[in-house]
Amino acid sequence: MKRAVLALADGTTFEGRALGASGETVGEVVFNTSMTGYQEILTDPSYVGQIVTMAYPEMGNVGANPGDQESVKPHAVGMIVRNSSEQASNWRSQETLDVYLKRHGIVGIEGIDTRRLVRHVRTHGAQMGVISTEDHSPAALVERAREARGMEGLDLATGVSTQESYLFTTPSPNLLGEVPRPAPELRFDVVAYDYGLKRSMLHFLVDVGCRVKVVPAGTTAEAVLAEKPHGIFLANGPGDPAAVKGADKVVAGLLGKVPVFGICLGHQILALALGGRTYKMKFGHRGANQPVKDLTTGKVEITSQNHGFAVDDASVKGKAVVSHINLNDGTVEGLSIPDARAFSVQYHPEASPGPHDARYLFSRFAKLMAGE
Amino acid sequence: MPKRNDIRKVLVIGSGPIVIGQAVEFDYSGTQATKALREEGVEVVLLNSNPATVMTDPEFAHRTYIEPITVEVAERIIAQERPDSVLPTMGGQTALNLAKALAEQGILEKYGVKLIGASLEAINKAEDRLLFKQAMERIGVALPKSGYATTMEQALALTEEIGFPAIIRPSFTLGGTGGGIAYNREEYEAICRSGLKASPTSTILIEESVLGWKEYELEVVRDSADNVIIVCSIENLDPMGVHTGDSITVAPAQTLTDREYQRLREASMRIIREIGVDTGGSNIQFGVNPRDGRIVVIEMNPRVSRSSALASKATGYPIAKVAAKLALGYTLDELRNDITRDTPASFEPTLDYVVVKVPRFNFEKFPHANRTLSTSMRAVGEVMAIGRTFREAYLKAMRSMESGRTGLESPELPEDKDERRKVLRDHVRVPRPERPGYLVQAFREGMTVEEVHELSSIDPWFLRHIQALVHEAKRIQEFGKLEKVPDEVLRAAKADGFADRYLAQLLGCTEADVRARRHEKGIRPVFKRVDTCAAEFEAYTPYLYSTYEEEDEAPPTPRQKVLILGSGPIRIGQGIEFDYCCVHAAFALREAGYETVMVNCNPETVSTDYDTSDRLYFEPLTIEDVLEVSQREKPVGAIVQFGGQTPLRLSVPLEKAGLPILGTPPDAIDRAEDRERFAQLIEKLGLTQPENGVARSHEEAYRVADRIGYPVMVRPSYVLGGRAMEVVYDQQSLERYMREAVSASPEHPVLIDRFLKDATEVDLDLVADKTGAVLVGGVLEHVEEAGVHSGDAACTLPPHSLSPDLVERMKDQAIALAKELGVVGLMNVQFAIQGKTIYVLEVNPRASRTVPFISKATGMPLAKIASLCMVGKTLAELGATQEPEFRHVAVKESVFPFARFAGVDVILGPEMKSTGEVMGIADDYASAFAKSQQAAGVKLPRSGKVFISVKNDDKPAVVDLARRLRSLGFQIVTTGGTHDYLATKGLETQKVLKVQEGRPHIVDKIVDGQIVLVINTTFGKQEIADSFSIRRESLMHSVPYYTTVQAARMAVGALEALLRKEQTVRPLQDYLARK
Repeated sequence: MKRAVLALADGTTFEGRALGASGETVGEVVFNTSMTGYQEILTDPSYVGQIVTMAYPEMGNVGANPGDQESVKPHAVGMIVRNSSEQASNWRSQETLDVYLKRHGIVGIEGIDTRRLVRHVRTHGAQMGVISTEDHSPAALVERAREARGMEGLDLATGVSTQESYLFTTPSPNLLGEVPRPAPELRFDVVAYDYGLKRSMLHFLVDVGCRVKVVPAGTTAEAVLAEKPHGIFLANGPGDPAAVKGADKVVAGLLGKVPVFGICLGHQILALALGGRTYKMKFGHRGANQPVKDLTTGKVEITSQNHGFAVDDASVKGKAVVSHINLNDGTVEGLSIPDARAFSVQYHPEASPGPHDARYLFSRFAKLMAGE
Repeated sequence: MPKRNDIRKVLVIGSGPIVIGQAVEFDYSGTQATKALREEGVEVVLLNSNPATVMTDPEFAHRTYIEPITVEVAERIIAQERPDSVLPTMGGQTALNLAKALAEQGILEKYGVKLIGASLEAINKAEDRLLFKQAMERIGVALPKSGYATTMEQALALTEEIGFPAIIRPSFTLGGTGGGIAYNREEYEAICRSGLKASPTSTILIEESVLGWKEYELEVVRDSADNVIIVCSIENLDPMGVHTGDSITVAPAQTLTDREYQRLREASMRIIREIGVDTGGSNIQFGVNPRDGRIVVIEMNPRVSRSSALASKATGYPIAKVAAKLALGYTLDELRNDITRDTPASFEPTLDYVVVKVPRFNFEKFPHANRTLSTSMRAVGEVMAIGRTFREAYLKAMRSMESGRTGLESPELPEDKDERRKVLRDHVRVPRPERPGYLVQAFREGMTVEEVHELSSIDPWFLRHIQALVHEAKRIQEFGKLEKVPDEVLRAAKADGFADRYLAQLLGCTEADVRARRHEKGIRPVFKRVDTCAAEFEAYTPYLYSTYEEEDEAPPTPRQKVLILGSGPIRIGQGIEFDYCCVHAAFALREAGYETVMVNCNPETVSTDYDTSDRLYFEPLTIEDVLEVSQREKPVGAIVQFGGQTPLRLSVPLEKAGLPILGTPPDAIDRAEDRERFAQLIEKLGLTQPENGVARSHEEAYRVADRIGYPVMVRPSYVLGGRAMEVVYDQQSLERYMREAVSASPEHPVLIDRFLKDATEVDLDLVADKTGAVLVGGVLEHVEEAGVHSGDAACTLPPHSLSPDLVERMKDQAIALAKELGVVGLMNVQFAIQGKTIYVLEVNPRASRTVPFISKATGMPLAKIASLCMVGKTLAELGATQEPEFRHVAVKESVFPFARFAGVDVILGPEMKSTGEVMGIADDYASAFAKSQQAAGVKLPRSGKVFISVKNDDKPAVVDLARRLRSLGFQIVTTGGTHDYLATKGLETQKVLKVQEGRPHIVDKIVDGQIVLVINTTFGKQEIADSFSIRRESLMHSVPYYTTVQAARMAVGALEALLRKEQTVRPLQDYLARK
């Protein structure tokens, strides 16, 4: 059993056992309260540069499998769990969590009081941290965590975005032996800006009839409009929206010309494009149980979330309608700009992991494009 | 959507007596619901026949009807109270069935009453298997292959399609009574037959077996705006085939990927919408094929349930309370989460700990019953434990069971290698209550996870953890001595849930040694909060569990506090009555300004509701766990006398460890329980007890019995609910008893008393304060003669046959006993009256089973008064010096689980068998007894044939009964002896053959539905065996039966009352206001 140490920039340290790859990793320490879907979380590009703490203590129970990847590889730079299962038990499992992390070179730590860590982050805010399986000197590790650059002002999205455009036309796979659905008729050409998108989003777009062209984050509005798409999709992604180079300008150039649907970072960039502001939250929303109210219907959706920045509601006043709010803290969860046929949500209607209550938003986007 | 303004007065239906499958969890839900409705200014009318519940306390509802839960009674209440709504989703299957009947018979419509929570249509769609199947087909949710049968012919035809094994489920029964799994045609026919009988609609569902599939439950809540949330997912460790109430279950689900979990979640949402549960909670059960993930829905309960109580305790989300408010029209986002205060109830709880529930069985009470667990529930109670890992929660749950085991001990197995292997494999394969111990042993003997999985179908993930625990135990044992175990190994073992007691066993030292070592090294638990949100938000409710980690997040307050120890898992002999007392202690002491600290591990109860006490520790009731709590909380003292034997057993070690025990000193309890000291006490006070002796060996037992003279009453010392207590009539039977029933030894002596024949038994409960003042709460006379366990006997308050002089003498004796023992708090005395002699049978200086009954019947809250006395108040200060006076009569009747245990005799004896009780309250004994019978589910006949067959001693007594029955218009049917005896008294009766005399005999007539009432008393082993089928078939065919002449006499009186007098219903508040 190999030792590992976690050190936070504020000097707090935890000692536990090594999980996954050996070595040292630096990142922003955040927590996620979802009880399922650790593999989807690890492979969500929004976690780039982050060390994710899973609040639910038993992890790795179902191992890892190729079908539950949200991108080609894990993007989180570290993983913190209370207990990782030595046995993976699920009919689709191909390897244990530990083996999976090792294979992808992800350094992790287990056997620490993760509830203490979550409470600490809740109270003191997300901050930089270091996990090391090699250097067990807390003081040195704290020093390295202090020196590490934070997430604010960092353009992470451009880094994880695709370098080349590509076409995506695969509907959601039937991974659980569901009754096969007829292939969707692809009626809409959609350009998806990849700020770090999750595979499920593309599947769900195809499911509602989109032929999706995924383009790099830096693609210009002109280039996109030249293709005369039926709609623009702004994907999720990591980090500070204000730092994504030129994205707000690009989106401003698209707004009003073609229907737009944004999710998470895409939602924030849409707000910036309108001249709104975003801010860094104390510890963000990461989990699969966030209640969101649709202010137009009054209905509550249980949503999957993963964000550390949010849109300042005052900053978009008069420019967009706040369509959804978070019932826990009142933060902006959705914007609607009817004149521009654009809308966006802070949360993740594609879930993966999490509840699928908001999947209808993909259909709403299709209807918008169909002019319904 | 705000509150509806058309709901102002609501009839809430409770679940009636505690029975298997419908237990204390419905007191928890009903109490929450009545509280929630009152909070909203709604007038609450409550119907529940169970006096031992907290919800029937007169201050919970505005109008509390402790009356039989029948259509006739409900209609009278509705006519009298004119509620605008009925809330049927809080009282289990009983309430749902009543609501269904009220709706279908047009009673609701007649009085303009609406159902809230669930409509008739929703109830039918969820409960009627055929409608449910059609509904599931509409929304594309799969079910196991199945078909319906209303006749045996149809049932047989279905085997073609479905094959074996097949599962048979009767419609509209609770806990699956009458159902089962058939592996061949013979079993199939037998189960189908009993299922058709058990179902009130004579309908059974026959299903494809999904044995061995993984089983899950989701707790779903929906509001009037169609918002749906999943409160909790639960995974059964025991795969499909074992009733979920009999399964070890774990929350949250452990072995599903997110993709699979979301599929169950979405299916649940579609189901609750399709079934049409408008507002409130539902429970949905699924089977998942472990090989390909295929899912099938098993069933849906459109109401709160045992699982929703578990889910509420597991998550901190109060489903029943929320459901009650949603029924008034609120939406989820309008309700607050009590625990976080600032966030709404419209979210899904997320856990950062693991919860394990383990069922508690009482098969030892029914030695002839088949112990294989199946689809008909047999557990009588359960425990829940919370840990940060599965291992920790699992072992904490195991040690909460009070089975004398801590989870990893080896069971007994044959020495012979082949035989041993065979037995072990059988126990791993077949689900029985003791299987967990054999899983442990399988790993200890080298079986692999794959082998054990192959045999048991238990998910390898769970097995791997159990195997790891076994290996860990072995490593620890190899250190040989406690001193040699490194600190980090000890700490890791504690974090994995190892009990100090088990570590002591492994290392050959005492539990105290392990504790001392831990404390010396600072290896102590920390306490964390159950907060619904995995620490995302601050929690304000101190609902705590222990774990071995770093951060303690709930430091004690500086307030004066009292520790209240609960009663652990419900079992026969230690039921809801004790939880009631603990809850009352918490209420009274909180009101008196103390901080109340509750320790308990039973998820069903009101005592483990997070707002019953100021701080709730959801912990095992073992010396280890209680000491860790008490040493940090430093209470002024602990209340151990309210929770039954569980906390009482801890009182001496707790006191030794420095925890002050409030009220009656532990030594007084010992004086009452130790037979020799007790004899001295009786002698000192000049009282009388039955001649008795203590035997520490077989020979001594025979000597004592000879001296006293047969028949004698024998039992092991320190037992609960008369466990292994018997009346033996001769030396031969005593030899058998000593050989089979108990192992007498110097540490575990056997107690032998003269059996008092034809004696009347009496229960007396009192409260004493520190000045020696005593308040007698009530005197209960048993209906059945002495020899029937007091927990099983029917009884009346006030006594129905005893002279006032005798009653006064008993009170004087009880007061003298209380004073001599220095009782502060509650005390119960059991007397037997033979002729004019008063015998003291037992003195229990603690809360008794009868406390809630007396409190309900008299309006005197004995447990509250007692708890205040225990913290130093006097009865005078409390204004509780006058014995309560009242003009009504209350009858307690017991309710038995015999129907669930095939082959078990219903005859009553000194060993307690009942699971619950009901109260009948009226102005006269006959009417009150009639109500108690109806409340207990006995359908008293109005006309027809009464069968009488009694032992010789009882023959004179039945002459009068037979005459009275005849004058009521009943015909009398008798067998030989009784027939001839009655003939000599000039009563001609219709003679019928005994079973051994040829056919058609009496049992044929019972089965045939020709008999409406059975009066059958027997004496002697052979006679009991011969008449067994009469009683058993009466039970199975719902023919009322009485097995003692005293109860029969009361029943005849009840029939007279029913046939000759108008029955009335009246709320408790009115009865109590009349005095």
